[in-house]
Amino acid sequence: MELDKKELGATHYKESALKEGKLLSLAKQPKLQYAWDNGPAIGRYLEELKEGRIIARKCNKCRRIMIPPRMFCELCWRPTDEWVYVKDTGKVNTFSICYVNWDASRIKKGDKPHLPAVIEIDGASEGMGILHVLGEVEPEKIKIGMKVKAAWKKPEEREGAITDILYFKPVRG
Amino acid sequence: MAYQKVAIVGAGITKFVRRAQETGKELAFQASKMALDSCGMTIDDIESVSLGTAPDAFDGVHMKGEYLSDGSGGWRKPYMRQFVGGGTGVFAPIHGWLHVASGMFDTCLVVCSEKMSSCYPHPQGAFKTIFDHTTEQALDPTLIWIFALEMNRFMSTYGITKEEIAQVSVKNKKNAMDHPAAQLPMEITVDDVMNSETLAWPVNRLDISPASDGAAAIVLASEHASKRITDKPVWIDGVGWNLDTAYWATRDLSYPRYVEKAARMAYDMAGVVEPKREIEIAEPYDPFDYKELHHMEGLQLADRGKAVEMLLDGVTQRDGDRPMCPSGGALGVGNPIAATGLMKVIEIFLQLRGEAGKRQVPGSPRCGLAQAWGDLMQVGTVVVLRR
Amino acid sequence: MREKVAIAGIGYTAFTSVSPGSSYRELTYEAAVKAYDEAGIEPKDVDSFICTSEDFLEGYSISDEYCNDQLGAVLKPAQTIPGDFIHSLAVGMMHVLTERFDIVVVQALSKASNMKTIPEMINFALDPVLNRPLDITAYMVAGLEMNRFLAEERATRKQCAAVVVKNKANALLNPVAAYGARVSIDHVLDSEPIAEPVCLLDVAPYADGAVVMVLCSEKLAPSLSDRPVWINGVGWSSDSPTLESREWTDAVAVRLAGDMAYKMAGIACPAKDVDLAEVNDEISFKELQHLEALRLFDPGQAGKATEDGRTSPGGTLPVNVSGGGLGVGHLFECSGAQKVLELVLQLRGEAGERQVSDASVGLAQAWRGIPSTSAAVAILSN
Repeated sequence: MELDKKELGATHYKESALKEGKLLSLAKQPKLQYAWDNGPAIGRYLEELKEGRIIARKCNKCRRIMIPPRMFCELCWRPTDEWVYVKDTGKVNTFSICYVNWDASRIKKGDKPHLPAVIEIDGASEGMGILHVLGEVEPEKIKIGMKVKAAWKKPEEREGAITDILYFKPVRG
Repeated sequence: MAYQKVAIVGAGITKFVRRAQETGKELAFQASKMALDSCGMTIDDIESVSLGTAPDAFDGVHMKGEYLSDGSGGWRKPYMRQFVGGGTGVFAPIHGWLHVASGMFDTCLVVCSEKMSSCYPHPQGAFKTIFDHTTEQALDPTLIWIFALEMNRFMSTYGITKEEIAQVSVKNKKNAMDHPAAQLPMEITVDDVMNSETLAWPVNRLDISPASDGAAAIVLASEHASKRITDKPVWIDGVGWNLDTAYWATRDLSYPRYVEKAARMAYDMAGVVEPKREIEIAEPYDPFDYKELHHMEGLQLADRGKAVEMLLDGVTQRDGDRPMCPSGGALGVGNPIAATGLMKVIEIFLQLRGEAGKRQVPGSPRCGLAQAWGDLMQVGTVVVLRR
Repeated sequence: MREKVAIAGIGYTAFTSVSPGSSYRELTYEAAVKAYDEAGIEPKDVDSFICTSEDFLEGYSISDEYCNDQLGAVLKPAQTIPGDFIHSLAVGMMHVLTERFDIVVVQALSKASNMKTIPEMINFALDPVLNRPLDITAYMVAGLEMNRFLAEERATRKQCAAVVVKNKANALLNPVAAYGARVSIDHVLDSEPIAEPVCLLDVAPYADGAVVMVLCSEKLAPSLSDRPVWINGVGWSSDSPTLESREWTDAVAVRLAGDMAYKMAGIACPAKDVDLAEVNDEISFKELQHLEALRLFDPGQAGKATEDGRTSPGGTLPVNVSGGGLGVGHLFECSGAQKVLELVLQLRGEAGERQVSDASVGLAQAWRGIPSTSAAVAILSN
């Protein structure tokens, strides 16, 4: 057999056909809600964020200090042993300068790009990173390996969420 | 007693398009019917059906596997869906292989259908909920973030430039000029890639495969059943798959360990000792251009950080010594997630049978490989095929 | 002769209406630790992991991503089946039969308490163009089906209610069941109508829980377990997904899945050869419809048998001794797991107060729930 375009299915249409009503369609947005149980590890993580601290869990077998914290070590396959506070500083493992929003729309003209980064947190084991965003920095000045520190929301505005840290900013000097 | 040997005996595919008028069911039907016709079979000859399709959020249908069952030929048959994210398309023949190799069935129709355009205005929106609901989604992440973060890490670890990586896109989109199903066949230059819109630096528009609708299907048969069907079977000699931790930000993003593990599992089963020498042709997963290089290294087809040299030397061109993505890949043919992986399997199937037409690589290859990747930089799926 | 596949270890949590102390990760971890411990294995000994989940149930777009850490399956072959646990069990069996995998692990989880919009979610399983605009809800589909079943005189309304009475009473003897209760037929018939003839007590209430099982080859079974339970046959099938063209009275997919499993297990006369059954009872009448589809009773006879106590503990064919979905709770994709679990406990003689005497062959059956037409069956023996 050889593929022959004339024999292949799927009929393309342009988005304009939808917009002009030439191709009929129905739209519905699901209104789905979830209330996920955090469990003890992420529950404590969020409580500590509310207090302006970052907490990790340590496995006494592999000695890893893990963030986000977890009640079991997925590598040693045993319960983790203790809570360990880690610093709110770290270094940039990798970053991006992003001009689109989560729904693929382009950011508005003049708006600053999103600056997602993987931050390796000081005090956690080597390579233990979390996803967050960078701020108070010119995009072209971001470098892999750059030292950063958390910029926290005001205590009264924190709600026990990862967004209690507004962003990570470069450590000056 | 060893397992039953499993052959691919037929294949079908639809065109890959940005928006298809057909529903997901109809696309699945078109590809399945073509696959059956290609080997002179009817749905009555099929003992089991395996479906692969990616997130339900694309279609806005809960239990999408149920919805697609009739279009996939699953009516009143043992029908099951598997799902390993973006790795689904190459897991499809593996799941089908389990059906037949186990001796439970002699035939299995393996279907992958994807209708991304139902997620409106853009399927990208469906990907927000692949991130951890508590520790990541609040940051409004997009799928492109993880690719951009990984690409940046890959580039900085090995000192590779964006211009070098762009050559993957140039190559694959050109290869797609000869693929009848292709959505984005193009002759472009490195400058075109570099000058295309920056989405999330270092990722530009032309570094990325498009959102697509499309379907693909293959027919699998046991050794004895295959004899009645075709004199040109292509054997699934090795299967491998592997899933890394969901804590993706704790991983070394410059190297896909899970692809290495999946490849070694498949090589071990297929008796491939020296992949660089024995794998003559490959379809590594290329949803983003750097991913082809990343995956070649995980697949042990290139040393770490060295895949780019093979690219620059022309080794991975269709007429090169080790053609990569001769189909045009996800970058050129299009990327209807699950269907893409199966398109890659079908490309190797056609190349090994010498039926790839204008895309046929020289040298009558005997052994090839298809690979897909998925989840949060996490899953690798690999099949080794031989004629 | 096909090689046999053993269930060498089981682990499970209690099934509860809520589980606020644990995330999905810790629930599965708890079940996995117990299962591995029973079989005396560690995750590194496992050749493949099969998880069961469906995106909208977990609230993730690719729920596969979050399936492996809690199983110890990091950098291992792992896959997700969007089906019932019994579908996954069948995949596990296929692995072992290829003789390239000696030990495989099968998992399912329900975090139903975290899904805050279950009716809206289930409605999203209906055809987006043909059904949803009519404001058809999933429970209406159950009503349509039950009404047809009653109209064909396959059972009486009271016989359906008797299923609820039996299963909720059975659950009182099951320490991990969430909804054990003593109710009367009148309680059921007088409960709030949902989509007539379906009333509130006809419907299995949702529950949380996790189940993990260790499967292994016949060769390895003696070293992993001194009381292996054997999977003799599995079967699965799907009927038409469309409401417009499906068979309403009979559960065709259940019949086909059952026939496939019987053939594999070498069972010629199910009504005689099966000692106990755990069948899907998401809606009361479904137990009767499924028992008939499985050829355990002739069409129209399962209701009568229930009324007569023949499907009660101590009857000729005890059905849903565990309490079933009505008594243990509806566990979504984990529903079949709870049924297989009950068979394993019964066939090992570990079912405590609800132990069925002389049980040697059991059948577990799952249906993927409204509005699906997919079913899976497993036949186990000791």
